[in-house]
This record gives sequence, structure tokens and C-alpha cells, in this order.
Amino acid sequence: MEWETVIGLEVHVQLATATKIFSGASTAFGAEPNTQACAIDLAMPGTLPVANEQAFRYAIMFGLAIDADIGKRSYFERKNYFYPDLPKGYQTTQLDQPIVGAGHIDIELDDGSTKRIRIHHAHLEEDAGKSLHEDFQGMSGIDLNRAGTPLIEIVSEPDMTNSDEAVAFAKKLHSIVTSLGICDGEMSQGSMRFDVNISVRPKGQVELGTRTETKNLNSFKFMEEAIALEVERQIDEIEDGREIIQQTRLYDADTKTARSMRSKEDANDYRYFPCPDLLPVIFDDAYIMQIKDNLPELPEARCARFISQYALSDYDAKQLAENAAIANYFEACTEQCGDAKLSANWVMGELAASLNTHELSIQNSPVSAGQLASVISRIKDKTISNKIAKQVFDALWNKEGEDADSIIEAKGLKQVSDTGALGTMIDEVIAANQKQVENYRNADADKRPKMLGFFVGQIMKLSKGQANPQLVNQLLQEKLNG
Amino acid sequence: MSPNNIKQRSLHQLSITELNAGLRNKDFSSVELTQHFIERIERLDTRFNSFISTCSEQALAAANYADQQLANGNAGILCGIPIAHKDLFCTNGIRTSCGSKMLDNFVPPYDATIVENCSNAGAVVLGKTNMDEFAMGSSNENSFYGPSVNPWGENCVPGGSSGGSAAAVAAQLVPAATASDTGGSIRQPASFCGVTGLKPTYGRVSRWGMVAYASSLDQAGPITKNAEDAATMLNVLASFDKKDSTSIDEPKPDYTATLDQPLNGLRIGIPKEYFSDGIDPEVAKLTQEAISFYETLGASIKEVSLPHTQLAVPAYYVIAPAECSANLSRFDGVRYGYRCENPTDLEDLYKRSRAEGFGEEVKRRILVGAYALSAGYYDAYYRKAQQVRRLIKQDFDTVFKDVDLIASPTAPTPAFGLGEKTKDPVSMYLEDIYTLPVNLAGLPAISIPCGLTQQNKPVGLQLIGNYFSEALLLNSAHKFQQATDFHQQTAPNID
Amino acid sequence: MEANEIAKLAQLARINIEADMVDEVAESIGSILNLVDQLQAVDTRGVEPMSHPMDAVQRLRADVVSEKNQRDELQAIAPATDKGLFLVPKVID
Repeated sequence: MEWETVIGLEVHVQLATATKIFSGASTAFGAEPNTQACAIDLAMPGTLPVANEQAFRYAIMFGLAIDADIGKRSYFERKNYFYPDLPKGYQTTQLDQPIVGAGHIDIELDDGSTKRIRIHHAHLEEDAGKSLHEDFQGMSGIDLNRAGTPLIEIVSEPDMTNSDEAVAFAKKLHSIVTSLGICDGEMSQGSMRFDVNISVRPKGQVELGTRTETKNLNSFKFMEEAIALEVERQIDEIEDGREIIQQTRLYDADTKTARSMRSKEDANDYRYFPCPDLLPVIFDDAYIMQIKDNLPELPEARCARFISQYALSDYDAKQLAENAAIANYFEACTEQCGDAKLSANWVMGELAASLNTHELSIQNSPVSAGQLASVISRIKDKTISNKIAKQVFDALWNKEGEDADSIIEAKGLKQVSDTGALGTMIDEVIAANQKQVENYRNADADKRPKMLGFFVGQIMKLSKGQANPQLVNQLLQEKLNG
Repeated sequence: MSPNNIKQRSLHQLSITELNAGLRNKDFSSVELTQHFIERIERLDTRFNSFISTCSEQALAAANYADQQLANGNAGILCGIPIAHKDLFCTNGIRTSCGSKMLDNFVPPYDATIVENCSNAGAVVLGKTNMDEFAMGSSNENSFYGPSVNPWGENCVPGGSSGGSAAAVAAQLVPAATASDTGGSIRQPASFCGVTGLKPTYGRVSRWGMVAYASSLDQAGPITKNAEDAATMLNVLASFDKKDSTSIDEPKPDYTATLDQPLNGLRIGIPKEYFSDGIDPEVAKLTQEAISFYETLGASIKEVSLPHTQLAVPAYYVIAPAECSANLSRFDGVRYGYRCENPTDLEDLYKRSRAEGFGEEVKRRILVGAYALSAGYYDAYYRKAQQVRRLIKQDFDTVFKDVDLIASPTAPTPAFGLGEKTKDPVSMYLEDIYTLPVNLAGLPAISIPCGLTQQNKPVGLQLIGNYFSEALLLNSAHKFQQATDFHQQTAPNID
Repeated sequence: MEANEIAKLAQLARINIEADMVDEVAESIGSILNLVDQLQAVDTRGVEPMSHPMDAVQRLRADVVSEKNQRDELQAIAPATDKGLFLVPKVID
């Protein structure tokens, strides 16, 4: 039988606010356990929440970016369940009247076509803390630094039919929220987490199959793996004559296996009701318009601008515009060196490769946009060759100098453009390779350029790469032809 | 009471106004005053059990500081005046138990806003008063520390949940105490103990640091000897607080400034539903007499109707338990408070800590709340109760188009006997029938003494005002007290 | 109120109820539900539910850090901690 997969996503996006959604505690990542969990975050008796305006602004920005209706009146509800990482015994979230209503996101498929994925809604809520399962006196440890970090939960319609679409959707979301600057996009730190709802049905069947939810995937790769695994499991179950049981599953990226979550086994009755400690939040049109007018450039618009403003290829422009941090880096670099094409090549080439090798994000790049621009400037004015430029880049990466000039100076990497010095080197090479010289001179004119490469190579070797290649070419031809 | 007979009376008989005058006149120091009350509490409170904790050392230190402030001339409104806080207001460094085993060991590292307001005004905190566990009860019998008893009859309850605050003021162990009112918890014990209790408009006084029972109903206020002191206390307690999202940013008048305004032309409504079945005949008679007395003060009286009154108790017993079922989930034995011995696993930790840490009434309300919110019942119970709540509020809105105040008994009976109603929770709930609608609507109300029954039990008159009409309530109560001496009658055998 | 309903509520509320107490709890909760069932007779069609006494609007807070690290004070009153963490019996996801 032929099967069809139906996928919907629930995406938790941590908002890049300085403080929690309901308290003035910092949200900075990586602090010592519980040092950023204040009395409100710990749900100490008598403490009360006060909502953070920035969280609402960010949620509204997202809503505007996906062409959604903004909830002019929204309110918080309490979702009741017990878990040690949930200090109040309820999560403050939105259900009935979320801040962001229905919208949509267009994704590009491999065949170049686009597909519209509908967003059901996005709501604001607070993140939970973390349970650390390493052994603490035979117990689990609870760190509540993350508790109360603002999230938007984005709920898609089940509009995706395979993992490629799901990943494309996830990447597009990542690109939108980072471009808006409402999320740092650091997947490894849990800034974006995906819950994937999956069901299968025989091709052509209208009604949906029973779905399962695989929770808390924090990389595109894991998401792809988890979807493949779950689709296969569901098809096997059905083909073996068993029913799919609605359940919440956990994917283990190390073992590449998944299992049903024990803590979610009993069907939950969350007993939602409006939070009496918080009042309805009302925004007027002027407030929303003000946010709309100041919305940062979105990836699609930026891509189009890169093509027109910098004459980049479609491919280059898209690669650069997708990630706001990369796009910002590229633009900063271009502005300082004045060469968009070279900047694009270096950002997507040498820089991307180095970041990748060291598993760093561009925000943490050891080489700043200004430093890269200094390297490119020296290529442009022929102070160094491309090859030497890579050496300079590596030196900057290793913090051996402040900018390209100081490294070129210190290492003596300046390109040799002195015709006298080059002439001496050329004479030396010609003298040492009389046979090749003879062959060259006897060759047809159209073969000669190719043969010239040998001599250029010898000279570059002799000059330790510092000879100006254009000049070498010119001088060599004069001497050999002459 | 004119200042010149202050010296003829004991310190514990004096009102805040009189004490303030005495302190400023150097008739006595705050340290002397504080020592006097500490001595009384030590000597008498074994009978009344109105305090859960005392903090004499801190109190004397605060009194000493207050004396310096008085000498320097920077004295705040309550400078050097001893007070007590109901044990659900968090007090930095002083145990805050909420009358529960769950918080028997809980010493908060922060102050409630009203505690801070009192300290800033120079008040000296003597201790924390007894209460029904988590403010759930109408008799103070649901306290982990045993019931406080009524100074007017030691086999009687002081009312609840702020029974300790009312008993302590009635027994003259403290001139004034803070309290909280979710369904009548300030007014009903004030009525039972023959003292004055004010529940302000919802949002008038900050809830920050007050351990929540039912967040949309809870409101803090004072229990005092008289309305004038209540006005002084409200001047201190009321504040707009950015830490409480439900605190209302309304201008705060000086509540003492308008106490003496004449009541000519004041329109008082008597809701007919408040004098129906179940009311004790003596209570009905005494409150009707008190209301009639207002005519001699220049007021006009008319009958009004609050047709949804009977629905207040059922609506309250959905809304309050629903909110409390979530509010009390944080007591899970993980971060503070009671944790059961040797939990076998996480579920055991939760279930035994909560079963052992909470008393029966608290558990009952949590379970009722969980039921009212659970799948399939939400619309029939919670949503319905919230709709009825609006009907009750609309009743008041309608009546306040025609009258300035509503007058009624505070409770249908005088103080009842210890143990009399503990077996039947529903009969206990009906004690709050005249006070609950006020909380559901969020209105302010005051209970003032209006006479004693044949058996020498105090009866309270409740005055209900429109939103933010505390000044009018206090003015009306004060004028009544200027012309009567019900509020000066004191419990027997408290010397 | 049936025993199994009480068990379900006890589970939702994480409150242990001893077997010999179930009947008593069922009875008292039943009597409260009888009391509140009066609500069912009221016609509330078209009435907006009222969550707050005042139909007020939420004030929002500026996104500025106002809390400092208070871990030591806050954990001084915790039942069990280690290395700055609150300890609970093993959590199984």
C-alpha cells in the first residue's frame, strides 16, 4: 500500500528579552544553577507576576511577519500540571485569545516551487526550568534559571507531507525569527525547540490517522531523523495489524531511537482557566502600526535587495539573507571594503568553513566583519594575493594581530611587485629550465598560455607566494616571447 | 475621647489616634508601649491563642528606633504604634505559616508590600496572628495551631479566617491588626469580636506578599478598635503597587480628612434579601435599629433589592476553590515548606507532602476546585459561576444608582460555639452569605459593632459602598461611632 | 461522587487520600457540589463571564533586569539542595 504522511509542527521560540516574561530576573544563558531564578520564578508564596512588554512586542513582530491577525485583546490562562521544573504547578500560557492569530509562511521546495504552510496561531507562554538527571545523592536536580523565560509557541496546521517540507518550514521559521531579532536562534542552547505531530494514512484517504507527538527536537537534523523513524514505525505498526496509539514520544539523538514518554502517560486534564493574577492585555491599532513601521527587513526582502543593490547571484543572495546575523556580517564587511562579490565569497567560503569546523556561530566569530574587510581590501589593492589572504585570515582567526595590515607587516607577506626583483627571479627560473623554455618557444600560440602556468608556479614557489601574479605573467611573457 | 483622659486609662485601651497623641506628647515611649503589649500577650494569649508567632526582640528594637524618630521629629503615621500582621502576610525573617503545617517552617526572605508600608510608617510589629489555614474558614478552627477563641466568650469562635487579628484587637493585645478578606474574613470576625473591620475595594491595597487563597477575591484591610483608626490604617495600607498587576492606580485620599463630614442627605439602601430566612432575630433587630439610627444622623433609608444574593454562596464555592486549587499547587515539597519523610518517588513526594501538609478544609477546597475546572465540567461550573458573578455585580451597580451605601448585618448570627459547625462545611459556608457578594463584586465594606445580644455577644453592622468609596464608608462609620458607644464596649475579663 | 471520581481528583491535585477516608471525602465534596448546583438553574445566556472585579487592563513592565542573584537566601529554606540545585526523587520523562 502507498502511504501518505501528515506533519504539523509546534515550535517553541525563546524570545530574546533581557528579563523573564513575568519577573525582572535575567534570561542570560549559561548562568550558575538557580542564580537567575528570583522569588517570582520560584513561585514563592505571595509573589505575583507582572508581564514584560517586550515579550508582547516580539510576539506582535512575529505575527506581523507572517501576515497574521494580531490579538488586540489577549489574556493569560493557567495550564495546571505537576512537574518539578514547573514551580507554580501551572504554566501561564494563552489558549482562548492568543496574541497572534492565523497566518502563513511560504516555504521553497527543492523543485523551486513554493508551498504555503498555514499557521493556526502563536501564543505567549513561560518556559519551564530544567531537570538534571545526573545523579545528585541518587536524586534529580532542578535548575529554575530557564523558568519564566518568554516563549512564543507557534502552532502550524498539518500542512506538511514529508520531512523535507518540515525541515524547510523549520529553517524558514528560524530565518524569520532571527531576522526579526526576536530570538537568538541558538538551537544548541534550546532557543528553538520543535514538537512534531505525525500521522500516516493510505494515499487518497481523507480522514487523518491517529497522530503521535515527538517532543523537544532541537536541531534540523534530529528533526529529519525523528520524522523518518516515526513514519516508518507507524507504517510498520499498521501493516502488522496494530493500531497507532496517541502518545508523546521522545527522540534520543545518540541512539537514534525513540520511546513513549512515561511522564505523559496518563491523559492530562490541564484544567485551563483565566489567570486571576493577570488582566487582559489590550493593544490599539496605533501601537501595532508603530511596531509594523519599525519591523526589521525580512529574509525575502533582504534577498531581493542583495540582488539589486550588490548584483549578487540569486543563490548567493539567498544564502546570505537567510540568516540575519550572516547577512548583517556580510553587509558590514561590504560597507568597509567596498566589494560585495569578494565579501560574499569570503563570508560563504573561508569564514563559513572555519566557523563550521570550530562549531561556532557567526556571532562568536573570532574574525570580525571589519577584520575580514581589511583582508579583502588588501586583496583588492594587490598588496596580497588570494592565497596569502588565506594565511592572513588564519592569523586573524588565531588572534595573531589586530587587522590584515599588522599581520602582513609582521609576517612580511606583502606581495612582490618590484619588476627588478621579479625579473631576477624570472631569469633564474628561465636559466634552470632551458628545456621547458625551448618547448614553450616552439609551441603554437594557442598552447602557450597553458604552458606559461609552469613558469608562474616556479616563480610563486621561489617567492613563497608573495609575487604579484599578474605582474609575473606579464614579465614572463615578455621574456619568453622576446 | 478627649486627650486629657488618656492618662486615666491603660495603654491597651487607647486607640491609635490616642496613642499617637500620647507618643508625640511624650506621655509614654514606644518602648514602654511595646513592653506593655508584649506583657499582655504573654499573660493573656494563652487563653485566646490569637498569635501564632511573636517577635518581641525585633519589636523592641523597632520601638527603640521609633522613639528616636519621634524625638527627631521624622515620625511616620504609625510611628511607634504596635500592630500585628495576619500570618499570611510575608514578613522578612519572621515565620509566615498561613496557619498551615505546610508553612510551619517557612521564613520568607521578603516583605509583603503592606508589611513594608507599615514599617515605613514606623509601626512596631508584635507578631503574626492566628487564622484559618490559607484563609479558608469562617471560625478560625481550621488552624494548624489550634483555634483562636473569642474574647467575648471563650467557648465561642472568633470567626474567620482573620480570627486571630479580630480576637487580638478585641482582647486589647494590640491596638490594630492587618487582616485579609476573601469572602468575609475581615468583616465576619470583626462582627463576632465586637471590633471594626474594613475590606477595601479590590485593588486598593497591594496583594504582593500576601499568600494567595483566591486571587480575584483576596483583599487586605485593617481590624481596629474604631473607624477613625481604620482610616489611619488604610492611609498606610493603601498604595498603588507595580508588583501587583491587579493593584489599581487610583488617587488615594487622606481617609482621616473626611471622617467628620455630616451625613445629611446620605441615601442608605437595605437589601430585603439580607433579612430573609436563616437570620438570627436578635441580629436582625440590632442591625435594623442601627440602620434606623442613621436617620437621626441625617440619612434617608430605603429598601432595595439584590435579587441574585442567594447565588453568591454557590458562585463563591466554585470560583474560590477553582482559584485556590491552582494557587496552592506551588506547595509541592520541592522548594520550600513541608516535605514528607523519605519519599519513594516523585509522585509520593507530591501526594504525601500535600496530604500531610494541608488540613482537611484546604484539601476539600482544592479537590472541589479541581473538579469545577476539569474537562467536561468547566462550562457548567466555572464559566457559569463567573457569569453569575457578573449578575451579582450588576445587582450592586443597579442599586448604587439610587443609594450611596447599602446597610445590612455582617453575619446572619453572632459568634457560634467552638465545634458547632465543623462537622457540616456547608452550614459554615452559609455564615458568609452577606459578606461574599461584596467580594464577588470587588466592592469595599466595613463592619462596625452595633450592639450586644442578650447573651452578651457582639453584632456587626455591615456598610457596603461603591467602588473606591472607602472615605464615605469610614465617614459613615465614624459618625455612627461618635454618636454611639457600641465600639467602646469591651470583652469581659481582659485586664 | 463515586470513589473512582475522588481518585481521579486526588491524582489531579496530587493529594494522597487514604482508602478509609474516601467515603467521607466523597460525601463532603458531594454536599458542596449539591450547594453549587443551584447555579445550574440560572439563565446566564448572553452574560459575559467575569474574571476580575474590575474590568481593568494589564499594565506591562519594561524589559529591564531588576532582580539580583538571591539563591543563597532562597535556598536556605529549601527542603533539599545540592550544588545550587533543588533535589527531588529521580525524574523520569
